[in-house]
Amino acid sequence: MKNAIRSWVKALSGSGRVGLSLVMLWLFLAVFGPFLAPYDPGAFVAHDVFAGFTAAHPLGSDYLGRDVLSRLLSGARYSVGLALAAALVASTTGTALALVTAVSPRWVDEGISRFVDTLISIPSKILSLVLVAVVGSSLPLLLLVASITYFPGAFRIARSLAVNLAQMDYVQVARCRGEGAVHIALREILPNMIHPMLADFGLRFVFIVLLLSGLSFLGLGVQPPDADLGSLVRENISGLGEAAPAILMPAIAIATLTVGVNLLIDSLPGRGRRIAGKE
Amino acid sequence: MAGPATRGLLATALPLIGKRIASGALTLLLVSLVVFFIAQLLPGDAAQEMLGQAATADAVAALREKFGLDRPAPERYVRWLVGMLTGDPGYSLVANMAVADVIAARLPNSLLLAALSALVSVPVALTIGILSAMHRDTRLDRGLNVATLSMVALPEFLVATVAVLIFSVQLRWLPSIALIPADASPWLVLRSLAMPILSLSVIVIAQMARMTRAAIIQQLNQPYVEMALLKGIKPARVVLTHVLPNAIGPIVNAMVLSLSYLLGGAIIVETIFNYPGLASLMVNAVTSRDMPLLQACAMIFCTAYLLLALVADTAAILANPRLRNR
Repeated sequence: MKNAIRSWVKALSGSGRVGLSLVMLWLFLAVFGPFLAPYDPGAFVAHDVFAGFTAAHPLGSDYLGRDVLSRLLSGARYSVGLALAAALVASTTGTALALVTAVSPRWVDEGISRFVDTLISIPSKILSLVLVAVVGSSLPLLLLVASITYFPGAFRIARSLAVNLAQMDYVQVARCRGEGAVHIALREILPNMIHPMLADFGLRFVFIVLLLSGLSFLGLGVQPPDADLGSLVRENISGLGEAAPAILMPAIAIATLTVGVNLLIDSLPGRGRRIAGKE
Repeated sequence: MAGPATRGLLATALPLIGKRIASGALTLLLVSLVVFFIAQLLPGDAAQEMLGQAATADAVAALREKFGLDRPAPERYVRWLVGMLTGDPGYSLVANMAVADVIAARLPNSLLLAALSALVSVPVALTIGILSAMHRDTRLDRGLNVATLSMVALPEFLVATVAVLIFSVQLRWLPSIALIPADASPWLVLRSLAMPILSLSVIVIAQMARMTRAAIIQQLNQPYVEMALLKGIKPARVVLTHVLPNAIGPIVNAMVLSLSYLLGGAIIVETIFNYPGLASLMVNAVTSRDMPLLQACAMIFCTAYLLLALVADTAAILANPRLRNR
């Protein structure tokens, strides 16, 4: 096991290893961040608002004189956790629907595909704005909105994989053996699409982090007193004229997370260079 | 110029393009159904919202009848759709004026911003894409790959805030709010738009350059390129005279598809610079739950997106002889 991990890391390119370290760092901060915070994220601890870098407040203070580092460490939980959960729901839903279409009669496939194609034709930010206007922005509903917005992309990729796999000889053999649809979907097709879908899961995660922090930045995402990294940028926007670290640091934090995942995925072994993007 | 070859091309390509237009129209119809359906999920309706909680049941019922809200959903959908098509998408409750008028004031601003951003980003992206395809797998290509890969993952508000910090806070060159006075000279308009354009371009360029690179590399792998190289033609010349004309279709396709990033990017960029465009209008509509306005804005964005996809596919059809003869 240890050797397998070591050789996997060795196969990564330089930028891939940078990406891997950033991803590990953020996963760590999402779990332990609140315990590492030097101050209570809600407490007014600095003498000055929008202060610069000092020893007492390494990342400065925010518009109310709270410690930016502490708020950032507690905000990581929302940005990473919510996006992970939503990406998981989106990828699982997309994969499950794709498996259903691969083993179902043609009309089921056409119905589901038509519906998903319609959702894909709505730009993701527009779809999520309309959804948020209707359902609001509590944490569970934000998770739902992000999953609805990004499952169609996962479905499209999973479906093209599943349709190709369904034509393979060993699947035909399983059919002739008289295996049921569930067995074929879960035992024959699914194991062979796990790897590309894991890479796609990483991309979904990046899209969703950007979407949710964008919504929070617009004031439509995570609501106070909770704050994700996008909310931190929003609440300190008045410090822009003073070039306060309070506004730049959370934005840079998000960038290190999303860039890290993108670099890691791009250098995964066995994958040619691909066009990563925000869809 | 309409020689027999051109006419033959059009004769085979036109039915394909017609088919593509029809399927785009069908998708747009389905999209309108989805948008209308989602909007229906909102608890309460416009009449309730307008009159507030204290309104009597009679007053709400009267207003409902006035707006046709007491009709069954399918009838309301058809009315709304016909309204959208005839240029009357309803009444904005918050602005207290016709949605068409609210949008008419904002749409030209957004189109101007999008057009100027496209004008800036296309040449830059083309250059990066061609450079990195020509120097495939060299240090330059790998560097550009990491750069564009990182740029596509940047949050839009980081790009915009860094632009403000550099150009208006530190250098004091450009205004940080994109307000355009009615009688502004073209130079002043350009100056106040410079930062929104810059931010939007950064967002679009990375994606566009990556797709351009992929399109050109696909051509570079063709046998005719190897043939030309074996004949001793210089690589730069091969790319310019042999590959580019053949890759024009895929490149246009990639460019137009990446331009759809402008739609999403505009939402953050217009908001951060207080730019009076359609995207910031849509954000306001979400905040105030102004559903008629929101639905109309959403449909305009979806139409723009589908139009871009249509243009991209048309370019691919016109450029690909195999697709034409199928």
